[in-house]
This record gives sequence, structure tokens and C-alpha cells, in this order.
Amino acid sequence: MHDKTIAQLGAGLAAGEFSSEELVRAFLDRIARHNPQLNAFITVTVESALAQARAADQRRQRGEAGPLLGVPIAHKDIFCTDGVRTSCGSRILDRFIAPYNATVVEKLNAAGAVMLGKTNMDEFAMGSSNETSFYGPVRNPWDLEAVPGGSSGGSAAAVAAWLTAGATGTDTGGSIRQPAALCGVTGIKPTYGRVSRWGMIAYASSLDQGGPMARTAEDCALLLGALAGFDPRDSTSVDRPVPDYVAALDRPLDGLKIGLPKEYFGEGLDGEVARVVESAIAEYRKLGAETVEISLPNSQLAIPAYYVIAPAECSSNLARFDGVRYGHRCENPKDLLDLYTRSRGEGFGAEVKRRILVGTFALSAGYYDAYYLKAQQIRRLISDDFRRAFERVDVIAGPTSPTVAFNLGEKVDDPITMYLSDIYTIAVNLAGLPGLSLPVGFVGQRPVGLQLIGDYFAEDRLLNVAHRYQQVTDWHQRAPAAFA
Amino acid sequence: MMEWETVIGLEIHAQLATKSKIFSGAATAYGAEPNTQACAIDLGLPGVLPVLNREAVRMAVTFGLAIGAEVARRSVFARKNYFYPDLPKGYQISQYELPVVQKGQLTIDLDDGTSKVIGITRAHLEEDAGKSLHEDFHGLSGIDLNRAGTPLLEIVSEPDLRSAREAVAYMKKLHQMVVYLGICDGNMQEGSFRCDANVSVRPKGDPKFGTRAEIKNLNSFRFVERAIEFEIERQIDLIESGGKVVQETRLYDPDKGETRSMRGKEEANDYRYFPDPDLLPLVLDEAFIAATRASLPELPDARKQRFMSQYGLSAYDAGVLTASRELGAYYEETVAALGGEPKLCANWVMGDFSAFLNKDNRDVAQSPVGAAQLASLLRRIQDRTISGKIAKDVFEALWAGEGETDAIIEKRGLKQITDTSAIEKVIDDVIAANPEQLAQYRAGKDKLFGFFVGQVMKLSKGKANPQQVNDLLAEKLK
Repeated sequence: MHDKTIAQLGAGLAAGEFSSEELVRAFLDRIARHNPQLNAFITVTVESALAQARAADQRRQRGEAGPLLGVPIAHKDIFCTDGVRTSCGSRILDRFIAPYNATVVEKLNAAGAVMLGKTNMDEFAMGSSNETSFYGPVRNPWDLEAVPGGSSGGSAAAVAAWLTAGATGTDTGGSIRQPAALCGVTGIKPTYGRVSRWGMIAYASSLDQGGPMARTAEDCALLLGALAGFDPRDSTSVDRPVPDYVAALDRPLDGLKIGLPKEYFGEGLDGEVARVVESAIAEYRKLGAETVEISLPNSQLAIPAYYVIAPAECSSNLARFDGVRYGHRCENPKDLLDLYTRSRGEGFGAEVKRRILVGTFALSAGYYDAYYLKAQQIRRLISDDFRRAFERVDVIAGPTSPTVAFNLGEKVDDPITMYLSDIYTIAVNLAGLPGLSLPVGFVGQRPVGLQLIGDYFAEDRLLNVAHRYQQVTDWHQRAPAAFA
Repeated sequence: MMEWETVIGLEIHAQLATKSKIFSGAATAYGAEPNTQACAIDLGLPGVLPVLNREAVRMAVTFGLAIGAEVARRSVFARKNYFYPDLPKGYQISQYELPVVQKGQLTIDLDDGTSKVIGITRAHLEEDAGKSLHEDFHGLSGIDLNRAGTPLLEIVSEPDLRSAREAVAYMKKLHQMVVYLGICDGNMQEGSFRCDANVSVRPKGDPKFGTRAEIKNLNSFRFVERAIEFEIERQIDLIESGGKVVQETRLYDPDKGETRSMRGKEEANDYRYFPDPDLLPLVLDEAFIAATRASLPELPDARKQRFMSQYGLSAYDAGVLTASRELGAYYEETVAALGGEPKLCANWVMGDFSAFLNKDNRDVAQSPVGAAQLASLLRRIQDRTISGKIAKDVFEALWAGEGETDAIIEKRGLKQITDTSAIEKVIDDVIAANPEQLAQYRAGKDKLFGFFVGQVMKLSKGKANPQQVNDLLAEKLK
């Protein structure tokens, strides 16, 4: 029952082949069996999942329908869930229970989706390997020695191991796309402003964007249709109609112009990953697409700009975790300064502290112009690169990450190498564009992802381009043997 | 002996009179139980986001237009980062580099009758912090976040003020303005209008500014005056005795009447301002600004000038009557209802009416005597039904809610006696009863005329028309 796409599960539920309760029990059983190995979930909400499943079954009996009604999903533990712990992968929020739902959670609840639990993640979404989580690393279902990528590593691994039909993730510099690539699933980071950030714990507010992760582009289309839309509670949310993503999936690719940025195929890209990506591009030519070499000349500036802007924003966003109102508080503080320093010192992990320090420095008097302002100027240049590219092409394609999943522990002590894992994804966040990663093959037993980048609000086009590929290939249907 | 010049600039925080907070839907009402008016946004819970209150923007623009300032078509909210227990997010959202109001001015009246234009550098929108409560918690501190997120307009003057008196005149004028505009309730006890003063001294004629001290949180006009005066003295004494003023923040102690150091510059925070990524730049279109301009009320100075020319009032009277928007409106309604007699109306509005308001500690809006009622009373003075003196009693009765003017006059039998024969009858009785005084008067003791008037009024219970009494008495006593 579990090894189906959301689209198939929705059809099975509609046809009465199984109830949501049966389906959810099956997934909960799989989680109970496999999660100890994978550590993909921080919290499993057995009781509320069953209650939601029964409620979905009742709604269906009353004549309600909908592609997500009764379908099991999981939320990254960065989204606030009313009454359920929202830890953000951090000790500082280990016992935090939000009194409200994120818009993303609210919307999937309204669509009748059933939350199985909250997925593991890098602490405060800061990381590319899921190793910075207070709850321990997640393992890659394709190879338990490998990382799942990050920061939405728990969501990616849970989808890859069929522990959930779909999941939410967030992407600040590649945190949906890179783990999707490393775990062989499909994930889309929408245009900045397309999905509400209300209730999504902020890492870098000007870059953060929530989105779906699932087996297929079609499933992502179903989920994004429910997630997207204007939210008056988020001032950066964009008031613009949500297209029918599913209806747009089958559009033929004849005449599609795919831009291949030469900067994404140069030094630093693993040769075997390059070969897999190139064969995927060859497949697109067979589907009628035309490929054009393009240049995004400021690409090499993306990582340095990102590692100024994101830490700067995080240094401010994480100031609220001070031990005063909620979250971890140190034992017996002797004064206010002690309360702050020990609560935060004990509550945050090393990578979070590193970024808070970097960001605090970048915003300091005397350095602001040289770092923060400069980084914003670079951001503009990067956006301009993309703008010029989209005058010539419909979508941009390339590798999602320069390598396949690396081994656990391999890069933890080398932040710079770790940061390079997001070299192709970060510019997309800086420009606010939509980006998608889909599985296009393997190197050994570890999956390779192809990244598709679209113009603003061209999620429908990206999903369409990914879907057509998945109609003629079966990478997205493969399952890791241990979790089949 | 060196001659010193004082240089003062004021930063005034006016709490905007919106119903809800600047970035959340929580209420702003004063005096609620601690933490009952703080929602998830005000508490800085994880994942919450600010949404700008449109009404707060309208009020800031209203202010900008009223002081002839430039209203920025694009302004930016920034984060001012610092840790404090009553600052839930660890940063305050404020406007920093690009405030919504820039370069305005306000004209103040000086003691010597001249006026002076004071520059207003900027006015920007920001959120207030909560309150730390250090009592009643047995060695701990309590935090009340009801005030967190309350909208403030911070109004920064140029260093154009040269004395404590000027500073107070400016602050009063600004207070009148924001209350007039309806954008601030002006309640200083509740902290709706408070002031930080930057004070420095320099040798007269020196173009360079001296080192300034900032005096924080002055919440009354008197404190502002006293604190600045103390600070000027302190700085001059310090310099004259060979010391140096250090740049620092000082606190005014109203009990001791002195300022004292709060923290030095070396401990000053680096606030690490940067644009708030949760809020888009505030972009104002021309239509919004035009609509706000069209809804501006008549401003205090313009109204004062109009009262002088339209009603023939003195500058003093016009100033008193336009001190508040409500008093001016009440006055104009009274004149309109009476159909003239602006001076009579002015005397009554400034006199008994204001005195009763003061006595009962009420606003114009809470007056039990409406403008139409006051006009009905004045009409009875005008048509000589009652005298001005009796009218004061009627007014008191009106205030006490004893009924309408004519009913009170009727019930109390206060109608003025204007019947000549009736008055003559009283006069005759008085003369007959006081033969001695009559003799003295006729012998040349003119002062006794007043005695006779008094006796007549007394006998008529004050109801005889005083003018007629005068005329008839003069005739009879000849």
C-alpha cells in the first residue's frame, strides 16, 4: 500500500481500495520499523495522525473529495504545529510546543492531508548534511553510511524510504533541492513569496521558502497547489493567483529552450555526476527540447554573498531565543547576562553559533558596508544574470549538487567544503527564483539530482518539464532495497 | 566671565492612537492586566511575522503633512538589534536610514512675544518595547508585554532650541499638534508623549557644538524644563571648573531635581541596524498622500489667525480658544448657535465653562453643557431676561443637569425685572428705608450711590435689570 505516489494513493482512497486509517496505520508501522535506522523523524504523532485519518475518512463519506484527502504527509520540524513539539532541530526548542499552526500546516490540514510527524533537519535549517541536528544525523536510505543532505534531510529520507508519501521542506540555500537530489526524490523550492512563511521558523527571512518534497513532479504539483497562495499574515507573500499545476504537467516540451550555464559544468563538478546530468539533458533533447549554453557570470560570488546575508539575518532572527519567554533556559542563572549566555550557549549547536557570530560581525558598525551592503550588491548582480538568461531560455538546467551524497562525518569539520555542496542552488535563493530537483540516475548506489531553474512564478513550467522527463524514465520509481 | 549658549535638541516619542499594534492585531488600550494584550507576534514566538498597520502609516503621514515636511514615497523599516528581557524579538523594528517623514518645521511662540521656527529633522515609525517590573517578584523581574508593539512616532528636532523655556514651548506646541491631529492622546502620565533631551553648552559665538548629554524619558513639561536647567548648570559648572562634559545618557530624578549618569558611551550598544527582511519597503502613492492631505484638520496656528480675524478676538483669547481642537469647535458652535456675540461667547467659554471643566477634571467632550445649551443661556443675557450675574447661577444649574435654561429661569424665578414701574417701586422702598443715607448722599457723598444699587439688587433678589436700576436710581436720588 505504501509504495505508491500521492496521485495513486489519492486514486485508491477515492476508489475505496483502502481507507485513510488503513493507509496511515501502514505508514506508521513502516516508521516504527525503519525510523530507528534512519532517524528521519524527530516526532511521530501516532494518535493525532489516526484521528486525522479517521476524520478524513468521515469527510470522504460525507461526499468530500480532494487529491490530498486522507493522504499521509510529514512536516519538517521547522513548521509550527499547534500542540505538537516544534524543535527546529535544536536543543533550545526541544520542549517548545507552538500554540498555533504555520500556514503551510493549516493549508495541508484543510486539504485533508494527515500529518504522520515532524521530520529531522539541520539545526535551524543551517547545514547541508543533516548532521547539525540536536536529534542526531539522518541516514541516507540509499546508503546508510551517507548523509541525506540538508537541511530538509529528514523529509528527503522519509520520502525516499517510503515512510511518508510526501513532506514539506524549506529551502534557504538549497535545503529542499540538495537533499532531494542526494536522496533521489523530487522537490521544488517555489518563487520567494509563493508559499507563506507564517509559522515557519526563520533562518534567513529574505531567502527562506517552503515547498514540497515527494516522489514525483506530479505529487509536488498536487502538494504545491495546496501550499501556494497569498497570506495576509506574511508581508512578503505575493498576491497572485495560483495556477493549476497538475493541469500544466502534460504540456509537450517541443521547442523548450533549456539553458545550460557553463559555470555549472566546470571545475568542482564530480565527473560521474556530470555524466549522469548530461545523459538527462540528452533525454530532454529527445523530448523535443533545445539546449543552449548560457553564462551566469557572477555564479562564483553566490556562496560568499550568501554566507554574509544568511548569517546576518540569522543573527537577528535567532536573538529571540534568549531563555526568557520559552525554550531552553539554563539552570539557576545568577544574573541576566548569565541567563542569556548560558541558555544560548547550551541551547545552540556549533554551526548555529558559527553563523550567528559571522552575521553579528557582518552587521557591526564599520563592517556593514564592506560585508552586508556588498553582499546585497552581489545579490543584485546575480539576479541580473538570471534575468538576462531568461530573455533567451525557458528554463535553466544543471546538477543540483556537485557530488552525490558524501559520507557521514566526512565534511563536519570543514565548513567551507560543506558549503560548496550548495554551490548550484544558492544563487537561486539569492535571486528569489523557483528551483526544482529531480532524480536522474545514480553514481554507484547514490542518487544524482538534476536542477531545473525557472523564471519568477514559473513553478508550473518547472513541474511540467520534470513531469515529462518522469513519463519516459523510471529513476523516480526506484526504491532503496532495504526500504522497498 | 564667559558667556555660554545652550543647544538643545528633543527626541519625542508620541504613541499613535491606533486601536491595534503597529505589527499585530493586539489591542493597544492602556491599563490592562499584564500580558493580556500581547499576541504571538508581540511575544516574539518562533515563526511569527509582522504586518504593518495602515492606520499608523496614515497618522505618520498626517503628521508629516501638518508640519510641512517631506513625506518619503519610499521608506524602510530596519531592525535595531539588542538584547533586553522586555524586547521579545531581540530587536526593535524602527525606521533608520529612510524615515517616512523628513525635514519639517514647527513655529513656536517665545516669552518675548516673538516666534521662532524650529526644524524637525525627521519623524519615523517604530514599535515600543514591553515593560520590566522589578517589584513584587521576590528578587526576580516580571515582564509585561502589553506595550510591546505599540506604535510610536519618534519626532527628532534639529538642535535649534536655545533654552529650557524654548524646549518646553516646542514640546507643548508639538503636543498640541499631535492631539489636534488626533494621532496621539497626549496622555503624558501614561507615557503616550515622552521626551529625550540632548543638551550641550558652548561659548557664545562658537560655531562648534559642545559635547552633549542625553536625558532620557522625561514625561512632563515641568520635568523637561527642570532637567534641562539642571543639566545646563551642571555642564557650565563642570567646564568652568576645568572639567569636560562626557557624551552619555543621563536620567532625571524628579525627587532630587537632578540628572545623573546612566551609562557612558563606552558601553554604548552597536545596534547592527539592517533593513527588516520581513517587511517590504513602505511605498506611498500620491493618491494616499493626497487623501491624507485632504483629511487634515485646520491646524492650530491657522485657526488662531482665523479666530482673530473672523471673530475679532485678541491674540490671547484666540490662543486660549484654539489650544485644543475640541475647545475651538465648542466655541464656534456656541457662536453659531447664538448667531453672533463672539466676545460674549469667548468670555463664557474661556471663563465659567473652562473653570467647570477644570473643576470636574473633564474634557470638552464630557461636558454636561453642550454648545447649544450654553448659547441658549447667553441668549437670555442678550435679550436681558437675566443678568450676567444670574446667568452664572443658571449655568451651574445647567451643569448640574437641572434642566434647560428657560425652565431653570422659570422654576427658580430668576427672570430679570425690566418693568420700570416695578423697579421704581423697589427703589422707592429702599429710599424710604434709608433716610440717613439719602441725606448723606444728597449732601455730596457720591460713593453711597453704590450702596443704593446694592440695596435695590438685594431687595429684588438680583433680578432687577442693573442698567435700569442705575438709570432710575440716578433720577430718583437727584
